[in-house]
Amino acid sequence: MMKNMPLSAMIGLFFVCLYFAMAIFAAWLAPYGMAEVVGDVWEPSSAAHWLGTDNIGRDLLTRMIYGGQTTIYIATAATILSFTTGSVLGFLAAVLGGWADQLLSRSVDLVMSIPSLILALVILSVMPVTIPILIVVMGLLDSTRVFRLARAVAVDINAMEFVEAATLRGEGRGWVIFREILPNALSPLVAEMGLRFIFAVLFISTLSFLGLGVQPPLADWGGIVKENKDGIVYGIGAALYPAVAIATLAISVNLVADWILNRTTSLKGGRG
Amino acid sequence: MSDPFVKVRDLRIGATAYPPGEKPHDIEIVHGVSFDLEKGRVLGLIGESGAGKSTIGLATMAYGRGGVKITGGEVWVNGRDIMQSSLGDLRRLRGGEVTYVSQSAAASFNPAKRIMEQVTEAAIKQGKFSRHEAERRAVDLFKKLGLPDPEHIGRRFPHQVSGGQLQRCMTALALCPEPDLVVFDEPTTALDVTTQIEVLMAIKDAIAATGVAALYITHDLAVVAQVSDDIMVLKTGDMVEYGTTDQIINNPQEAYTQALVSVRSIDHEEKQPSPSPVLKIENITARYRGTNFDVLKNVNVELHPGQTLALVGESGSGKSTLARVITGLLPQRVGRIHFAGRDLDPVMKNRPKEDQRELQLIYQMADTAMNPRQTVGTIIGRPLEFYFGLKGKEKQRRIQDLLDQIELGEGFQDRYPAELSGGQKQRVCIARALAAKPKMIICDEVTSALDPLVADGILKLLLNLQKVEDVAFLFITHDLATVKAIADSVAVMYRGEVVRYGTKSDVLSPPFDDYTDLLLSSVPEMKLGWLEEVIAHRKMESAGN
Repeated sequence: MMKNMPLSAMIGLFFVCLYFAMAIFAAWLAPYGMAEVVGDVWEPSSAAHWLGTDNIGRDLLTRMIYGGQTTIYIATAATILSFTTGSVLGFLAAVLGGWADQLLSRSVDLVMSIPSLILALVILSVMPVTIPILIVVMGLLDSTRVFRLARAVAVDINAMEFVEAATLRGEGRGWVIFREILPNALSPLVAEMGLRFIFAVLFISTLSFLGLGVQPPLADWGGIVKENKDGIVYGIGAALYPAVAIATLAISVNLVADWILNRTTSLKGGRG
Repeated sequence: MSDPFVKVRDLRIGATAYPPGEKPHDIEIVHGVSFDLEKGRVLGLIGESGAGKSTIGLATMAYGRGGVKITGGEVWVNGRDIMQSSLGDLRRLRGGEVTYVSQSAAASFNPAKRIMEQVTEAAIKQGKFSRHEAERRAVDLFKKLGLPDPEHIGRRFPHQVSGGQLQRCMTALALCPEPDLVVFDEPTTALDVTTQIEVLMAIKDAIAATGVAALYITHDLAVVAQVSDDIMVLKTGDMVEYGTTDQIINNPQEAYTQALVSVRSIDHEEKQPSPSPVLKIENITARYRGTNFDVLKNVNVELHPGQTLALVGESGSGKSTLARVITGLLPQRVGRIHFAGRDLDPVMKNRPKEDQRELQLIYQMADTAMNPRQTVGTIIGRPLEFYFGLKGKEKQRRIQDLLDQIELGEGFQDRYPAELSGGQKQRVCIARALAAKPKMIICDEVTSALDPLVADGILKLLLNLQKVEDVAFLFITHDLATVKAIADSVAVMYRGEVVRYGTKSDVLSPPFDDYTDLLLSSVPEMKLGWLEEVIAHRKMESAGN
């Protein structure tokens, strides 16, 4: 499987693994405590503080590692939630057709007609902002996009004769959805999953930047940008580190998703 | 002696192959083909799919489809080697000196432009004729090709004429710039037999009247025998035999050509109807949801155990719709279906599992009838598991039995459909149907998408299986040669009605009704001059009337 892997995918995979490893082992990797004040405000980088300190004197590397953990955890959980709900409902709409399809599709249209950031801000301003609620709100809002894709792909596959053959055999809906449609819909969905994960990272970062996401003192990349943005005026680059982290993660995940898409479509009999 | 008009020498064509799980690499798909073609003569290129017919045809315009490269040899057209031609020269050649008629006119015409504009475009762009001259020429060609209302048909859009008419418009398009060579790439394959015969005659007359050289590409030897002077038989990019039409048809030298000539010579003894039919269809009338037009009108047919009923007719006659009604996908409005001594519920979902098991369906396109993500073992094994609860070793053994029955043998269980040839795929579909131990199988055009020799193999297999398993076939086809080969009784359908029904010997012997006569006489026969005979016969009849 690793043979014939293009360089771009290797670079992408390296960074993705690096970030996920840092997120998982944050407690062991971080040199200081997450909210521990260890120095002066905005100290430059030194042997003790590799990336310097932040706006209230916490170690920035520590904040970055813990921040990555929060951001990646929320984004991953939200993506998994959006994919399970979105694709199951999308497949169901395609297979059932008729009024069930209409009901689901029009409700999704309704949600999609409101910009998701605005909608999220409205919901979060009346709800207690905790991590589980953030995940549910982001996951459900994002699932509308997944629903659209899953339904479109499944409608195509549902019209194929092998699905009709399964229906004629007397198979139930579960078999048709999970054994006939899902394996054939997987490659566009996996590629979309990479993209949606990145949107989730950007989304949670935006929310935190606006103050309605992860609440201090818990670190996350969007929050670190917000805390240190005033330093930019004084030529202090602390806010740039999380920005660079978000950008590299986004690019890396896309490189990997591209490669997976290429591989799965050239699979035996793979469909586009 | 002067050089021939088209001279192809040692033509080699390569392409890039993308085998699953391996690195892409270059392969040769045409291995050194040579032929000559004079003006006023027609060369037929014949072979199965993958033989390289179309690739060679396009090479006479120095063109290769995506990923295809002409790697060697010479193609001389009108005294110059076009492999060495400049791009500007090629532009004058393509659509000017050499033109092309493709298989599907419907897919080749731009639906947003009127026919006349498209027919005259090349001639005008090439600077050969003024718009006025080109349009006059086009009308003239429409007349020659026997199109209705030749003065005004050019004003219509492609969707406003029938498939056969559009194919003739495409021929007019190719002939309009006064080309020296026309490449016909399966121009009648997508048409019904009754339409095919008219288009064939029109093409033949137009070639004779304009004196062009023509390459006629087809997989149907009987068709090519009617239009060409010489025939080249191709197989996987190699020339098998090259000679005059008379020699190829009446005295083929190579074993492969002999097999092509004698295709569909299966001997099948007609069985007598039994007292209790397995399927009895009474007064079926059906229409599609949201329409107010009956696509089936009062259909009555019977099928006897272990026998084959062939449903014949053109596209749109309601053959496949009847299959959908029987399977319960399209509930009938009126009428009853008796199956194996019981009444079938009109709606598939309400039928008991036993009904679903005993009534199986095989599709025309084996490609889309199998899930590309399931192995052959899963595809055949699922009905065993689903209907009989077979598991583990027992299931494996039964799968292998079925694979042996369809003559595939060991080593196929773990393959994916994409790793099978067209014929093998259809065999797997047959095995899937057999796995359910059905009383009856509906075969919906199961051989139409296959090459003649492969189709022959499938028909023989089906006949053998019928003897062994005592299963009844409802065989839907538009091909009368297939009917002759396998049917015990025949129902001829026309516009949703059964116009003729009975045992095969009754249906296929006179006196005929008008439609059956037309249908039967339109099937190309493997003999020279058949086309002229039929046309002359029809003219006499219409004069007599």
